[in-house]
Parts: sequence; structure tokens; C-alpha cells
Amino acid sequence: MKRFQYAQPHTEEEAVELLADAKRETVVLAGGTDLVGLLKRSIVAPDRVVDIGEIHSLRHIERDGDGNVWVGAAVHLDEFLDDGQTDPYASAKQVIQGISSIQLQCQGTVVGELLRRPNCWYYRDGHGLLAKKGVMVIEGANRYHAILGNRGPAKFVNASRLAPALITLGARVRVMGPEPNRESFMDLADLFRTPQTDAEKENTLGRGQFVTHIILPPHGNRISASYEVRQGEGPDPPLAAAAVSLDVRNGRVQDARIVLGQVAPVPWVAAEAASHFVGKTISEQSAAVVGHEAVAGAIALSENQYKIQLAQVAVKRAILRAAGFDTGGLDQPMPQRPFSRQPEPSPLV
Amino acid sequence: MAEVQYNWPRNHKSRLVGQRVTRVDGMVKSTGLAKYTYDVNLPKQLIVRALGCPHAHCRVLSIDTSAAEKVPGVVLVHLINAPTSGQEPIEIRADGTLIACVAAETEVAAAEGVAKLNVQYELLESFTEDHDLAAAEAKKRTQPAGGGVSLDEALGEPGDDEDEAEWEEKTLEKLFADSAYVVEGDYGIDAITHCCLEPHGSTLHWDGSRLKVFLSTQNVSQTDDGFAGALNITADDVEVRCEHIGGGFGSKFQPNYWGIAAAEISKKAGRPVKFMLTRDQELKIGGNRPSGFIKVRLGADESGVVQVWDSHHWGTSGFNGSTVAVGNFPYVYVPKNYRRKATGIVTDNEPSVAWRAPNHPQACALTQTAYDDLAAKMQVDSLDIFLRNLENIDSPEKASVFAEQLRIGADLIDWRKHWHPHGKGTKKGSVVEGLGIGIHKWAGTANDSNCLLKIHPDGGVESFCGTQDLGTGTRTVCAIVLAETLGLPIDAVKVNIGSSTYPFSGASGGSTTVGAVTESHRRAAQDALAKILDLVATKLEVPADQLEAANGKIAVVGYSDKELTWKQACSLIGIKPLEVTSTYARGTASPLSSQNVGGIQMAHVAVDTDTGVAKIKRMVAVQDMGLIINRTTAESQIYGAMIMSIAAALFEQRINDPKTGLFVNSQLESYRLPRLGDIGELIVHLHEPESERARGVIGLGEPPVISGAAAISNAVCNALGVRVPSLPMTPKRVLDALQSAKG
Repeated sequence: MKRFQYAQPHTEEEAVELLADAKRETVVLAGGTDLVGLLKRSIVAPDRVVDIGEIHSLRHIERDGDGNVWVGAAVHLDEFLDDGQTDPYASAKQVIQGISSIQLQCQGTVVGELLRRPNCWYYRDGHGLLAKKGVMVIEGANRYHAILGNRGPAKFVNASRLAPALITLGARVRVMGPEPNRESFMDLADLFRTPQTDAEKENTLGRGQFVTHIILPPHGNRISASYEVRQGEGPDPPLAAAAVSLDVRNGRVQDARIVLGQVAPVPWVAAEAASHFVGKTISEQSAAVVGHEAVAGAIALSENQYKIQLAQVAVKRAILRAAGFDTGGLDQPMPQRPFSRQPEPSPLV
Repeated sequence: MAEVQYNWPRNHKSRLVGQRVTRVDGMVKSTGLAKYTYDVNLPKQLIVRALGCPHAHCRVLSIDTSAAEKVPGVVLVHLINAPTSGQEPIEIRADGTLIACVAAETEVAAAEGVAKLNVQYELLESFTEDHDLAAAEAKKRTQPAGGGVSLDEALGEPGDDEDEAEWEEKTLEKLFADSAYVVEGDYGIDAITHCCLEPHGSTLHWDGSRLKVFLSTQNVSQTDDGFAGALNITADDVEVRCEHIGGGFGSKFQPNYWGIAAAEISKKAGRPVKFMLTRDQELKIGGNRPSGFIKVRLGADESGVVQVWDSHHWGTSGFNGSTVAVGNFPYVYVPKNYRRKATGIVTDNEPSVAWRAPNHPQACALTQTAYDDLAAKMQVDSLDIFLRNLENIDSPEKASVFAEQLRIGADLIDWRKHWHPHGKGTKKGSVVEGLGIGIHKWAGTANDSNCLLKIHPDGGVESFCGTQDLGTGTRTVCAIVLAETLGLPIDAVKVNIGSSTYPFSGASGGSTTVGAVTESHRRAAQDALAKILDLVATKLEVPADQLEAANGKIAVVGYSDKELTWKQACSLIGIKPLEVTSTYARGTASPLSSQNVGGIQMAHVAVDTDTGVAKIKRMVAVQDMGLIINRTTAESQIYGAMIMSIAAALFEQRINDPKTGLFVNSQLESYRLPRLGDIGELIVHLHEPESERARGVIGLGEPPVISGAAAISNAVCNALGVRVPSLPMTPKRVLDALQSAKG
């Protein structure tokens, strides 16, 4: 661990000022479940850590006049899970339940989960995000690495488990900075990118910018679900995952959004497979076809051919689960936490 | 005083022995008050961090420490595997080998110092492909690791003019030709690490020429010798203490070179030093278990009894180039005719050290999967094959015990209800279920142990013994034995362990501790009680042999009015405490302890054939261990062992980068282990009929960790109808096996 300055702002503007310091490398601290380990091993070595946990505006889940649900960047995963306003977003709640580590659920934040750094062991052993332009991964141990979007130097998989669900739910993010009062919005999918050089990260945030809120649009009558292929229970990354959000009327799919997780350097939007699903009825067979199409173009590395099958199965089962069908697999019951935390009063009340 | 006859109370007379007793240190452990080595901090201590080699195979050419020495807070840099100016380069053979240490005022300064060490390496080709014998041979990385042939005497001997090897080959081939069933298979099990939650390390300081060490160790009484030898002092100048330890599993018997370095740094700096390995260092160099991969052929008769076994296995125990010990093959089941051969592979990994039941879990998995494949080939019940082959085991006297244990286990797992021939179960969606068995043995002989017992005239009781509590409940066991013997409540005795200044007691390894400390503590307590009974007998004017200690009193059996309270009795001792030192030497025949236990485990699994994910539904362990001292901790020991078996069967493996040899999953975030949701329902049956109880105490630490992985592998095979050849059975390996079976 390198020595660093610790700052605890109380407003978004203060946070931006602290983060935008041109003379210092800065990093946002939310729950710290990922960052602290990276700091201790000097994989992330900032001069200043900006703790956003005390910024009041970031600590709540609220619905605005248009029915959008705003989730602050300091909202913990368990708070998202317990809040009635997020009940329509089933696919996101399923992912948090699947994390099934009380420590991670209670300490980790929703936005922090989205921005978790890649689990690639070369990155986490100090070889950089691209690990010698991808060569270390190609020649090395790559059983958990990317099967899609892996033709460039980036071979890692995006670490977020929530991102596929939130993208299919149409989430946007509010970003502050780099100037103190500068506010911008973008689709959640645009927060992620595949880096091409060592200078780039896996997200599009610039110096002095940070995500303050996730904004979930009204859910309407869509149905949604996630399916993660997990080797075991707990916080370990799934081997492959998928989330779907479907508009189904009169038994036929009117609109479909499908995003795969743990298969590419970004949450992988399977737009073509989704568009082919429109007009179809949901069945085990049609879901399997979509799963097959969703991994079109996948290229296995030396050790991860099996992930192509797992990704197909994840898509198929997410669709079946969304429709309320039995997935036919070894689905673990979602563990329930033995307690809920007391909600804090909203600043608007 | 009559000679004391050492014995255990009869079953119906035991108040504490064999009952459920809460750990005496449970509260301090669960509240965080217990001081582990990692919790020990001394005034003015320096924190030491070390640079681990970032290459699996290289030479360290030179090191420049000047930048590290300039980091604020850094006090000194200490070289371990780095040449000083003019010295020859030092070859490194394992990722993580410690190169140099930085001692600093704070952890952060020490880490910054390590980051500033400038080391020049010459990279050398690395090799870590332990599963690939041909590749290892091509790289000249193999070495013979023993083997031999044993044939039934009835088959005769080679003639005078016959070559012995040729005759053996011919005889074996005839046995196979005459077999009703022949099974050929390849099986394997990867190297795993000890993953001690408390990493190796120490906090120590010098008091003049005396070294005082708080060491995370499973060998309190003998690590003083290790420090003394390396530091050129005598053991009487070293005191080692370990109140609590966060896991050892066989990896913490020595001071280790980093412990010696800590002492040297402390000497140089004139200050206390704390040096604990980091997490990745713990996994890389703290300890690992050898891998094993085997090619087997076995031949069985019409009834499924194996008559001939022929195997060649290989694997690695790191750069010393050994593998799983060949003497353990075939495991438990030993047909009348067998040939076995082992080849060690030299890989660029840290050498293996003892891992709970050294060699046995691997040998069990590599043997009994082949036996289960015989059941698959015959399409008969695996349970029948495991029962029938009890006619050829290496401990024939255990055959009836194993048979009874298999019957109990089958009842507990509902074998007859859930059994189906391999691959013939009902598929629900993509999920199939299966059952499997493993069977194991262990010696568990009591180790050397001495105990000093002091009984004070005011009734106070305290014991001193240089043993240690690995987390298994040793303190509680000592307290149970003393309290039982002296007729006192358990909180009336004070047990002192964990210091090398106490009477010698052997290392906690090989399931030897409970036998050892019950020997020494029972003997000391019986000796002391005999002296007190003599005093009471004189006082009450009754023969001593009519007295008994129970319920805090010394009373005449059958006469409730003739008694003294424990305190009154102890007041007869005089003004000085009564001190008794007992001695038990390993191997001494004794009515208190014995050896050789057996056990069986069964697994019921569900496997998702679309994802390759295997899940434990239920596991059963049936285990004998002679006399049970504490039922609660005995069960706890078995639960933990079953979870470790699940880990080895389904999750954990050391993953070396095939190109660089680096140990890539050396953090717990990437070294996969089962979580609570992965262990299913665990059922433990302590097998303690009077015939077992009468044998006295036998160690339990290792045996229940042996056969679980074999049972799980066999259950997965029963479910799929396809063998997943190597453990852990990851989803990738399950899918690969299904794909191979399809062709």
C-alpha cells in the first residue's frame, strides 16, 4: 500500500473538486469491498482517496415525478434489495440475492459493484489491465477470460454482476464533474468500454468525474430475470451470466433486451439475438435458439471453450425464468438474509 | 500407596468423557479476545514485509536496496535469497520465494520499501505441467519415485533361467487375461494449498541473549530447537509461545526461513519484530499438497473382487520432484497381486509439506475411483463392490468394522432408495443425481506428552503442558480429562498450554494430540488423586480403594456421611502444592490409547449436465476413533474435514500459468473454496460401540478428510455415467468429460 490522502466530502461539488485535482491521482471510495484490497496490494495506488459515503444526496433510493427510480452511489446492495421501490426490477434483485455474501451485500454499494475492477488474475497480480497487450492471457491461464469482444488486446471480462440486469432495465447514470457543477447523463451501457491501450480503463469516466446516481426508468409491464452460472454460492464471480428484459403481449415477444455478463470486457449487449426474438413465443426451444444466437461470433481462448456453452445456457435460462418457467437446471434457492437494516430518513421528507 | 492402574471410567460412570462439552475457550475465540500470533503487538515493534520473487524460475543476479532504505520509516533491509556484491547469483525455483525483507516503523512503510527494492533477475525456463508426464519427460523433469511388484505366493516364482521382470510381466498379463472384468482408467487430483486463515509468521523479541517468540505453530515444544539451531544458540535460550492458531493443517511445524529472518532482523535492529506472510505469500510458500495423476488397470473376478492391480502414477511436490508416496497405492483395498510405480515431476513450485493426512486423500481418490469404475463396468451396485472387496484389505482386522460402517452409512444416506446403476438415474431437466463411497484408514497413535499437574492446598488445580490447540479443542480435552478424574466441574481446572517452557509435548501432526494429552493428563490426574485419596483415607480411617472423587467431593463409596469436600481434602496436602509430572512416550503400550481407525464416507450429489455444476445434496461420515473424549469437538472435527473434502473434490486447485509458471490464483478471491451454500447436509455418525470404546483414545484429526473426495467423485460418476477423471471437478472438467464421452 502506498501512503495516500483521505478525504471525506459532504457534497457532490466538494467531491468533484477533490477528484479533479490535476496534481494528484485520485480514486473514489464507496463501500471499499474491492478498492481496499487493490490499495493494499498497490494495484491501485492513488495519492488521494475520496470517500463518498458521507454525501447525503447519494445515500437514498427515490422515485421522481416521472416514475424514474434514482439510486444513489452510496446505496448499499442490501438497501437496494430491501427497498420496495425497486421491486419491479426483478432481474437486479436476483443478482444481489445471488451474491449471497452478507458482508458484500451490506458493505458493497450498487455503483461500486458496477465499477468493480476486473477479476483477471494478471491484472490483480500487477501485470496491467491488458497484461502485455493480451499476450499473457492468450499464452496463459484463461479459463475465466473473455469469449466475446476479445479480438483486441483486452481479454478480461467485465466484473460487474449487476450491469447486465441494469442495462436491460434501461438504466442511465448521472455523472458529476469534471467541473464542480457539471452534470451529465448517459446510458449505463456507455459507462463501459473495451480499453485498447494501457492508458485506458474499462470505464469511460474521465478525471474528476464520478457516478452519483443510477436512474431506472419506469418498469411498465416488462418482465425481467437474470441467470448466473455459478460454480458455487457466495461472492465468487459467476462463470457466465445473462439478464433479459422482455415486453410480451398476447404470448409474443414485442421487444427484448439481452445482455451477457462475465463473457467480454464489457457487459455484452446481444442486440441481434434480441431482435430475432421479437415476434416469437417463449418456449424452451425458442429460448435455446436465442442463447445460441447470443454467442454468435464467440471465440474461445485455449481454456475457455466451455464458457460458450455456459453463456448460451445462461441466456436460455434467464428467458425461461423471466417467463416464470422452470429453467430445468440446478438452480439454487435464493438465500434470504436474516435481517434488514433500518432505513435512513430521506432528505426530501 | 498402591500402584496406580491407568484406565478410563466405564461408560456409565463417565460424567464428562464422551459427553458434549462446550469449548472452554469458545467465548474468547468468538468474541475476538483470544490472542492469535497475528494479534500480538509488542511495544516499539518493527513490521517486516518481504519481496516475493515474481518469477517461477530465475536467477537473482543483484539487488539494489538504496531506494528502499530511503523510504521514510524504513529501518533496515535484510537479504534472504539475494546475493550481496560479489556473490554468485541465486537460483529461485518457485513463484513467491522470499528475496529480501524490509523492516519499518509501519506496515505501509514496509510495503513501500518492498516496492522500492530493485532486483535484477535472469529468467530461466519454467515448467509446471505436472499432469503431463510426456511433456515432463521431454523436458527431463522426471525422477523415479519408487514402486514394486507383489504377487500371491501361490503363483510360484520365476524359474532359475527366467528373467524376474519378464516373469512378473507375464504373470500379471495372465492374471489380467484370466480376469472376468478389466477396468482401465486415468484419474488425477491437483495440488492444493493449506490456505491457513492466519498466515505463517511470528512476533518476537530478544531479551539480552534470550529469544522470545510468539509463533503461529503446531509444534510449540520443538520449534525452540529450530530457532536455536539456525541462530547458533541453545534451545534453553528460546521461548516459543502460541496461545491460539488460525490453521496449520501440517504446514506449521518449523520456524521456517522467514521466522529465522525475523529473529535476525530483531537482533540487528535491537527491537521487537512482527513478520507475518501476506495472503499470496501464504498460498505460494506457506504450504501445498502434492498432485497425483494415475494410469490404472485392474482385473476382477466374476463377483467383482479385484485380483490384480497395475498402476503408474506421477505428479509433483514442487522443485524437489516427488509425488504422492507410492507406498499408499492401492489404498485400503489391496488385492493379492499388484504392481505400482511412481514418477516424480520437478516443477517450479514450492516443495510440498504435510497436508492433513499426507498422501492418503490422493491415494484414496486415485484408487477408489477405479474400484467404482469396476462397479460401473459391471453395472452393479457400488456398495456391493466396496463390501465384497473387503476380503482384500491391508488391515484385515478392520474388515468387519468397515462392513458395519458401510451398513450404517447406507442407512443414513438412504442408499437403497437413491441408488441406480451408473448413468441410469432419472434426469430432471438437465439434472442428474448420484451416490458414491470412499473408505479410509489412519493410525492416530498418541504422541509423546508430559504434564505437570499442580494441586494447591486450597483446592486450586492447574496443569502445564507444552502442547498446542490447533483449533480442534485441545484445551477442552485436557480440562475434561482432569475434571473427570478429579471429580470436579470443568471450570475448576486451569489448563495451561502453548509455551515451550512447559513440559514437552509432541507436535500436533498425524492425529496424535488428543491421544498424547489424554495420556499425560489422565496419568497425572490419577497419580495426584491417588496421593490425595491416601491422605483422605487416613483422615476418614477407611481404605483408600473405597474412596472415589465425584461431584467435588472425596467420599466413601456407598456411605454418604463419610466424605470430605475437594477443598477439605486438598487442605490435607500441607502448605506446598502437590506437584505431579506424568510422562507418556509414543509407542508405549497403554490402556488409555491405541491406534488404527477406519471410516467411510458417502456422498449424494446433483449435477447439472448443461452447466457442469455439481452440488452436494448430502454427505455422510461414519468414523471410529476409539474412546471419544468430547463428542461436540469430535463431530466438529469431522464436519470441517468433510468441507475440506468438498473443497478438494469440487473447487480448489493451484493454478500455474502454463507459460510463466506463476501461481495465478494465489489470492483467496481467486482460489476457489466452497461457501456455506455449497456443502449441503452433512451427517456425522461417531462409531463407538463398546468394542471400539474399549481401545482407548485414537486420533481423529486426519482420517475424516481422506475419503470424502473419492466419494464425491464416485457420486458424480454415478450421476453422469461418465468419469470426470481429475479433481477438482470444475464445471469445465465436467463438461469436457461429457463431451469426450459423446466422442
